[in-house]
Amino acid sequence: MERVPILKIGDILLVSILVDMSDQTAVQLQEDLAERIVATGCHGVIIDITALDIVDSFVGRMLSTIASISKVLDAETVVVGMRPAVAITLVELGLSLNGIRTALNVERGMELIAASRADDWDAVLVDDEDTETATP
Amino acid sequence: MTTGVDLGVPATQAIRSDEDVVRVRQLVRTTAVAVRLSLVDQTKLVTAASELARNTLIYGGGGSAEVTTVSDGRRRGVRIVFADQGPGIPDLDLALTDGYTTGGGLGLGLSGARRLVDDFDIRTAVGEGTEITITKWSR
Repeated sequence: MERVPILKIGDILLVSILVDMSDQTAVQLQEDLAERIVATGCHGVIIDITALDIVDSFVGRMLSTIASISKVLDAETVVVGMRPAVAITLVELGLSLNGIRTALNVERGMELIAASRADDWDAVLVDDEDTETATP
Repeated sequence: MTTGVDLGVPATQAIRSDEDVVRVRQLVRTTAVAVRLSLVDQTKLVTAASELARNTLIYGGGGSAEVTTVSDGRRRGVRIVFADQGPGIPDLDLALTDGYTTGGGLGLGLSGARRLVDDFDIRTAVGEGTEITITKWSR
């Protein structure tokens, strides 16, 4: 069985799916990613599917599951590089990819993760200020 | 019903494992490119084939996919027959409903695959097996 490599770039884990995955490989990737998120403490996962010429219901479900697992482990998942023909087919198949954030390419995906982390920190800081001003 | 004349010699791929599902996708992709389906149609056909090959493996207990190039005089197309000797489908209407599953999946395989192709024909008998024929035509 082939294994999909996971690269760590700064605070982000990058997964480029370059081969036509068997279902088993997809399930393995799910487990490997969960382990790497915890081991590295990364807060972002980018899954690059530029090379995938189809996303069927199994891979679609895997992407949703990865997004959910990451969320529980305090990491944001962004799927990037979906081909137009794949997007059209996914919609017709009836897959909604619930809970998955997408971006056009890896660069945009990184920006999206950085922005959403910044928003989170802003929210935390604002909360702190509120607490301070409320205290006499 | 399916129409058209078979052109090429059918290529058959056994479906016994996960890797065979990948091989079915590759065989269908190659054939779809050969009859010059558009990129979107290739993608739809390969996706449908992937769903049905997985069904053949999981629900049918394995079987085969037979891929043939067909023509109706005006257009060319790709026909695929998925066959298994599994338990069959007791309630076909239910099985073709979006979201219905007995296998823990999303329940989009059969209904979704039907939407992605031009012709969809299913024959099933409880205790005997299931045969699904799909065709995608060039435009």
